[in-house]
Amino acid sequence: MSKVIGDVILDVQNISLRFGGVKALTDISFNVKEHEIRSIIGPNGAGKSSMLNCINGVYTPSEGSITFRGQTFDHMNSRQVAEMGIARTFQNLALFKGMSVIDNIMTGRNLKIKSNLLMQALRVGPAQREEEEHREKVEHIIDFLEIQAFRKTPVGQLPYGLQKRVDLGRALAMEPQVLLLDEPMAGMNLEEKQDMCRFILDVNDEFGTTIVLIEHDMGVVMDISDRVVVLDYGKKIGDGEPEEVRNNEDVIRAYLGTGH
Amino acid sequence: MQTTFPRLMLKHAAERPSAPALREKEYGIWQTTPWSDLAKLVEAIACGLHQAGLQRGEHMVIVGSNRPRLSATMLAAQSLGAIPVNLYQDAAAPECVFPVNNAEVRFCVVEDQEQVDKMLEAREQCPQLTHIVYDDPRGLRNYVEDGLGSLDELIAAGQVFMAQHPQFFHLEVEKGTSDDVAAMFFTSGTTGNPKGVVHTHGTLIDRADAGAEFDKLTSAEDVLAYMPPAWIGQNIFSYAQWLVCGYVVNCPESAATVTIDLKEIGPTYYFAPPRVFEGMLTSVMIRMEDAGNFKRKMFHTFMDVAKKVGPALMDGQPVGLVDRIKYALGNWMVYGPLRNNLGFSRVRVAYTAGEAIGPDLFTFYRSIGVNIKQLYGSTETAVFVCLQPDNEARADTVGVPCKGVEIKVADNGEILVKSPGLLKGYYKNPEATAEVLTADGWYHTSDAGFIDNNGHLKIIDRVKDVGRLLGGANDGAMFAPKYVENKLKFFPFIKEVVAYGDQREKACVMVNIDFDAVGNWAERRNLPYAGYTDLAQKPEVYELIKDCVEKVNADLAEDALLAGSQVSRFLVLHKELDADDGELTRTNKVRRGFIADKYKPLVDGLYEGKTEQFIETVVKFEDGRTGSVSATLKISDAKTFTPVKAAA
Repeated sequence: MSKVIGDVILDVQNISLRFGGVKALTDISFNVKEHEIRSIIGPNGAGKSSMLNCINGVYTPSEGSITFRGQTFDHMNSRQVAEMGIARTFQNLALFKGMSVIDNIMTGRNLKIKSNLLMQALRVGPAQREEEEHREKVEHIIDFLEIQAFRKTPVGQLPYGLQKRVDLGRALAMEPQVLLLDEPMAGMNLEEKQDMCRFILDVNDEFGTTIVLIEHDMGVVMDISDRVVVLDYGKKIGDGEPEEVRNNEDVIRAYLGTGH
Repeated sequence: MQTTFPRLMLKHAAERPSAPALREKEYGIWQTTPWSDLAKLVEAIACGLHQAGLQRGEHMVIVGSNRPRLSATMLAAQSLGAIPVNLYQDAAAPECVFPVNNAEVRFCVVEDQEQVDKMLEAREQCPQLTHIVYDDPRGLRNYVEDGLGSLDELIAAGQVFMAQHPQFFHLEVEKGTSDDVAAMFFTSGTTGNPKGVVHTHGTLIDRADAGAEFDKLTSAEDVLAYMPPAWIGQNIFSYAQWLVCGYVVNCPESAATVTIDLKEIGPTYYFAPPRVFEGMLTSVMIRMEDAGNFKRKMFHTFMDVAKKVGPALMDGQPVGLVDRIKYALGNWMVYGPLRNNLGFSRVRVAYTAGEAIGPDLFTFYRSIGVNIKQLYGSTETAVFVCLQPDNEARADTVGVPCKGVEIKVADNGEILVKSPGLLKGYYKNPEATAEVLTADGWYHTSDAGFIDNNGHLKIIDRVKDVGRLLGGANDGAMFAPKYVENKLKFFPFIKEVVAYGDQREKACVMVNIDFDAVGNWAERRNLPYAGYTDLAQKPEVYELIKDCVEKVNADLAEDALLAGSQVSRFLVLHKELDADDGELTRTNKVRRGFIADKYKPLVDGLYEGKTEQFIETVVKFEDGRTGSVSATLKISDAKTFTPVKAAA
């Protein structure tokens, strides 16, 4: 691979998250470098999705801070996060089922649309031109994800694997610098997983997007990640390159259990 | 006609520079390339290839689907006197090795990453393949292999050369003559290595012209190019005739969007093998079964009217006033919208060839006003041998000889053809050439058939496949496996059939169900199933297939010649026959001998009178990995009938 990994773009410092007495995350620190594919793995309930939710401002961490491109925040605001160029996909999909693929991906352009509601409703001058520009971007994403055949199909009618792709498309429409992917391959068959891996690698390669990935499938994680963070019961138990993590005693214990 | 493809292209560019030559759907919009732009693109690619070292007379491989830039690359190669060889884009790397080595190919131009990977893999066994050029750069950014470059770079280099040598391209085109080799097509071949069929500009252009004249094609036609370019039919319809007539060739966005693109373009001239027409009809029927009561009733009522008078109307025969009014009403309410939905609103001429077409299927399209016809030809004859005139389309014939063609039937029933479009020979294979092309100029088609009372050619089977039953009740009777297979395949529930009977005492078949059709049938009957294998072995499905087999037997019993070919036993296969497993050719024809070896226990089971048989087979997935599938298959008897004529 000839790709060049840059400086730290996102730095998570000593994050803890509590819901009443439940400690979801305890003192987690890790960083993400520009242009890398960074995976967060761990058994069920390890706190992986909570971690993503802290990064994109859905949850407010009880302690700790997050630094993005030199700016430090003690909590993130989700709109601000989106404006700063961090996009995400969802484990359980968050699409408008009754809307077409084009319209769903177009929602990802929302923050980039400048004309106001009235102008858009009347499709006057700049609004129409703007819509065409955005539509062009959306078409490039459709082409990229190879979903041309489903452009006008309501998303609810598509098979799950394709809905996942549309979800990724919607996140890509934001032209993000950092893409947070929450289990993009959950519930997929082998072929769909291979396709999704190719898309993730291509996004990373073609657009230079930094990717933070939560995934259960260890084969996938080890194959495509540059570095891996391992969480267990809300604590960080490993961090490093795939090979390093694979040989980490704590990680093996967390995944395979210990002998009694 | 003393011309070449590049000259035809330049003629169109000079006469109608702004008329559209090619369209490709990209980013949701049909992007048009006019003839003048095409000429510039071809010139740039030709100059680029020349600079890279492509020589006159050299073969160059092109792999990919129908893309304007790949068509331009073919023209560019021909402009330099090189010979483009298209390979099937879904062929695996090992299948590409033989053609590449056989034609000593140094240059290949491919569509995308998938094809680059394939050629890189093939290159390990083809050291002379030094230049690989790709059209779509996606995913190839990090490739550092030797001799790999993008078409964009090649074009840019070509443009620089063009500016320095403005006359180069035209001088090169002038050097070409119609007797030069224009293209080579590797026939899929049911046995042994593929053979390269060599055609000149003259042979291809002559046949393209004969076909165009027969159907009065003009530059106003619209064609959708969606079949593999490595197949000569595709070459004729969206390359040779494109350049001869100067019509518009439309390239679909991707393989998955063909049906959508077909609707948007509404081609006027259309070509498809029977299975495509069949697929469309099946999807219409399935959707009608799921439609509301009123719509379904309306559909069936008017389809009955169409079946009765539609074909007669199309053939220009007299039809009563009441029927005419009923048909007009049906046209407004059902046939018109249906044609529109299928993308056939503007079709003037539609052809089907390659395989026999079922009478029901054929009648269906003609009855709703689609002028579907049949033609006869092969790679070796540059397609056009026989064509059906507009008013004489029949399901069981393949038409009358077209301009320049002479036909005769040899003593063994083989059809011999003499035509200006015959191949120059098989590449580096004079023995094979001598076998099919005799010194007196007749090409041996290896098809058995005869000319009927109306002067139409009728095909029965391949000469070598027509066999004899041995022993049993019908000792010595003629057995035509393909004839039997086709009759069975005309049922929507049956996708593929392999028939055996030569040198055996009775005919037996192995059947592949059509998963969509049978699956839908099972769902409507609340019959649960877990997948293809499970569905295929349901007793209810066996009853369904048995019914089809017995109908065919009843039909065969009425044919004095083929009554002995009635099927006495059958089984339903647990997996679909697939080209990747070598069971079908790349053009989807069954490889009977190969299948007989691979499924030997099953064939033995059929003849030994067993009621079930265990089988384990290796399957190959699209990515090249293999797995194994095993199942115990039931074998069922079918009723045969006393030959009608023999009994009388």
